Amino acid sequence: MTEARDALMVGRTSDGRLVQRPISPHLQIYKWPISMAGSILHRATGIALSVGTLLLVWFLVAAASSDRAYANVSGFIHSFIGVILLLGWIAALWYHFFAGIRHLAWDVGYGFSKPDTDRNTYIILGATGVFTLVTWIVLFTRL
Amino acid sequence: MSETAKASAIKNATGPRVEVMRTQLGRVRGLGAARHGTEAWWAERLTSLALIPLTLWFVYAAQHFAGHPRADVAHWIASPVNATLMLALVIATFYHMQLGLQVVIEDYIHREPARVASLLANKAVAFLLGLAAVIATLKLAFTG
Repeated sequence: MTEARDALMVGRTSDGRLVQRPISPHLQIYKWPISMAGSILHRATGIALSVGTLLLVWFLVAAASSDRAYANVSGFIHSFIGVILLLGWIAALWYHFFAGIRHLAWDVGYGFSKPDTDRNTYIILGATGVFTLVTWIVLFTRL
Repeated sequence: MSETAKASAIKNATGPRVEVMRTQLGRVRGLGAARHGTEAWWAERLTSLALIPLTLWFVYAAQHFAGHPRADVAHWIASPVNATLMLALVIATFYHMQLGLQVVIEDYIHREPARVASLLANKAVAFLLGLAAVIATLKLAFTG
């Protein structure tokens, strides 16, 4: 083998032989624990929010450009697809926000145990639900 | 087992053949995936920390321009405090986005040409989008 990545998975037995160390089974082998769903969701919402920045840039550039450009972006936000996307991005924003705070807590060493991780995932989902609903209501009474 | 027998057992053993000269130490000494030690990791944490208050402010602020005419948006961003926070939000957001997407690309795209191309495209797109948002905000701040 010539890949450093593969070479790192080679170990030595006690009698000195080189062996390929076992690797853990792939994703689909596992039953989905809630912590795994929560982790995948953090990445998924991050990607969704990256796409969502397009709307922010479009909005700012249109507002800085002309009335016509602004009418275009306004029309999109008020369209059916625009509203659905906005609802989704608001939910994604709150999930990524709360799960991100947990990542920072992990970075300083808090909440690593299995019961903590599971409980915190439910707290994050609950907080996301509440904040998302409130934001939806406040925002859409103004649109 | 004698030393010679042991050496010959090791030599004749069938197992993986490693032809790469790379130690664990070499790997951690700033020779990781992007050839930068912990810089990207730290910057991602730093921007996420900044984005906590900025996101709360932005969601609160969104009600000042959601559904409002262009003149209102321009007037709102023209306030120096709003312009400052908007610029901070935009810069932190696009920096954070670029770092996050880079990790995703490094995780899933392994073929060398595709990997390098998508890493460069990610940097270019994040930079241009961020720059466009900064220019638009500055224009509104100065003329709004």
